[in-house]
Amino acid sequence: MSNSPLLQVSDLIVEFPTRSGVLRPVDRVGFDVRAGEIVGLVGESGAGKSMCGSAIIGLIDRPGRISGGEIRLNGERIDNLPEERLRHIRGKRIAMVFQDPLTSLNPLMTVGQQLIQTIRTHLPLSANDARARAIGLLEEVGIPAAAARIDAYPHQFSGGMRQRVVIALALAAEPELIIADEPTTALDVSVQAQIMALLKRLCRERGTAVILITHDMGVIAETTDRVAVLYAGRIAEIGPTRNVLSTPSHPYTVGLMASTPSTTGSLHTLSQIPGSMPNLRAIPKGCAFNARCGKAFSPCFQDIPVLEPVEGSEVACWLYDPAYQNTKETSGASE
Amino acid sequence: MSGDTPLIQARDLSAVFDVSKPWLNRMLAMEQKRFLTAVDTVDFDIPKGKTFALVGESGSGKSTIGRMIVGLQKPTTGQVLIDGQNLFSITNEKQKLAMRRRIQMIFQSPYASLNPRWRVKHIIGEPVRAFNLLPSGEIDKRVEELLDQVGLAKSDGEKFPHEFSGGQRQRIAIARALASNPEFIVCDEPTSALDVSVQSQVLNLMKALQRELGLTYLFISHDLSVIRYMADQIGVLYLGRLVEVADRDTLFDNPRHPYTRMLMDAAPHIDAFGRTAEIVSGEIPDPINKPSGCSFHPRCELTADQCRRERPEVRVFGPEKARVACHLCTA
Repeated sequence: MSNSPLLQVSDLIVEFPTRSGVLRPVDRVGFDVRAGEIVGLVGESGAGKSMCGSAIIGLIDRPGRISGGEIRLNGERIDNLPEERLRHIRGKRIAMVFQDPLTSLNPLMTVGQQLIQTIRTHLPLSANDARARAIGLLEEVGIPAAAARIDAYPHQFSGGMRQRVVIALALAAEPELIIADEPTTALDVSVQAQIMALLKRLCRERGTAVILITHDMGVIAETTDRVAVLYAGRIAEIGPTRNVLSTPSHPYTVGLMASTPSTTGSLHTLSQIPGSMPNLRAIPKGCAFNARCGKAFSPCFQDIPVLEPVEGSEVACWLYDPAYQNTKETSGASE
Repeated sequence: MSGDTPLIQARDLSAVFDVSKPWLNRMLAMEQKRFLTAVDTVDFDIPKGKTFALVGESGSGKSTIGRMIVGLQKPTTGQVLIDGQNLFSITNEKQKLAMRRRIQMIFQSPYASLNPRWRVKHIIGEPVRAFNLLPSGEIDKRVEELLDQVGLAKSDGEKFPHEFSGGQRQRIAIARALASNPEFIVCDEPTSALDVSVQSQVLNLMKALQRELGLTYLFISHDLSVIRYMADQIGVLYLGRLVEVADRDTLFDNPRHPYTRMLMDAAPHIDAFGRTAEIVSGEIPDPINKPSGCSFHPRCELTADQCRRERPEVRVFGPEKARVACHLCTA
């Protein structure tokens, strides 16, 4: 049990049929999440990170669909379940925290009503017990005077407190996995630090696994155990966070780290990756990053690279393919 | 250069908004008028060719200051001096236009700040037409020059904004700002809608243009790492007040105000693996009912009695002449 991962995503493909052809926002993405682990999905807009999260919890809007691969929760396949069975998993075993706490709460219901409704949907509790549990949850996420605040409406809370309420809602049915999609992007830094500390504490104390979706490398560094860097729907690099961020191997990760400004360390000119993320309608042949990559060589324009182990991480880049190692070294020598 | 008057001088700028309910409601509920002080006696200089940055969280008044500096909003009290001339006391229309030409602004969202029905060359050429800088036959050539300067192709002038990515749109906004040959540009969160790899392109472009054209920037952002990259001098805002003003290196090496220290600690670091930031309790208070004394005292780690009673005045510290508004700051 402890060895097998809680969530296994393998070769996941999400497709959207459109008039101008089939788009693939997620293309053969695979990763595992163990109990109590925080895994980050990082990438720029259009990388497919939110779409991965939606696919796992079964919230892909039609006409989009999962057209390949598997998602297993504790060994059981959940990507092909009928909606009825999926409803028992969604909210109960996998919960989601969205970016904007104001739009994910119902403005016409008190915080307590929303919590109690969620608790009673998933757990066999009486109204009174559910209310007691709701107060307990609000206390756990750090809302002061929870017993009094439970009857307040969402607009009576500040942004940070609202996000705490959303996290309390996510915890309501003791999920095994929380998917947090940019949970602090709408918040100020001081509040962001509070929310991230809260997520880490919950993860540690309850053994809940978290998939953290964000574009912020700093948040990834401080919060996650492992990270997958996505680019144009594919994983460019995946591995232990420290490994990936401090010794990045994929040219995209290298470029991303070098173009991120920092509040510490030496001040040097930020490097820049030319161009921008390709449109889903015009993903180049071969490696999707080839047009922006300074190290691209012939195979990059032919075939899609697959993940290969490189120094403790896994990297999808032809530079690290054993068959091309020699070519790379000769070209490196000529530089 | 030293000894010259700074290009921009903000003197005791305040912006107070009347947020009262309508008269009848107020009378029925026996309520007083209510005021929100968005900006509270803010004072800073920007020397020519330098970048002054304002950093603060939401509600700190940084955008309101930007709007007052370009003349989009009249300060309740205080003055904005440009080359020693008060922006709001110019009555002569011709002089006003001449002053306006020298100041431009770049906004946060490159989606909302470009007219979707105009071709890019029309957008970029607009300031040239508005200020009557060139005969109409020469505008197209000037637009091409500007497109080239911000790293876009000449043919891009024929396109519409929706054909561009966020980063390219921000380049268009920069080209438009440059069109009137300004000396001073207010940049209000110019990269916070952009991805990091594109953000660095835009920041580097802005720095290169500053060197090339001798531009002066007021750079507004909530992101300390971006501020550190761009600024020569930094002002930290909290609830409308400048709590600390210092040179970049002074501020980052030796932050004196507890709020500055808190901001720096809370900002996520890309190399601090597994770190949990020191937690600051609470959030930014309601700006209508600000805390007594020092506005930061309910969240401050130090807080003495004096902080609850007295509003701290700005004092100057160290050889670097850092200006700090804190009772407990000693060196």
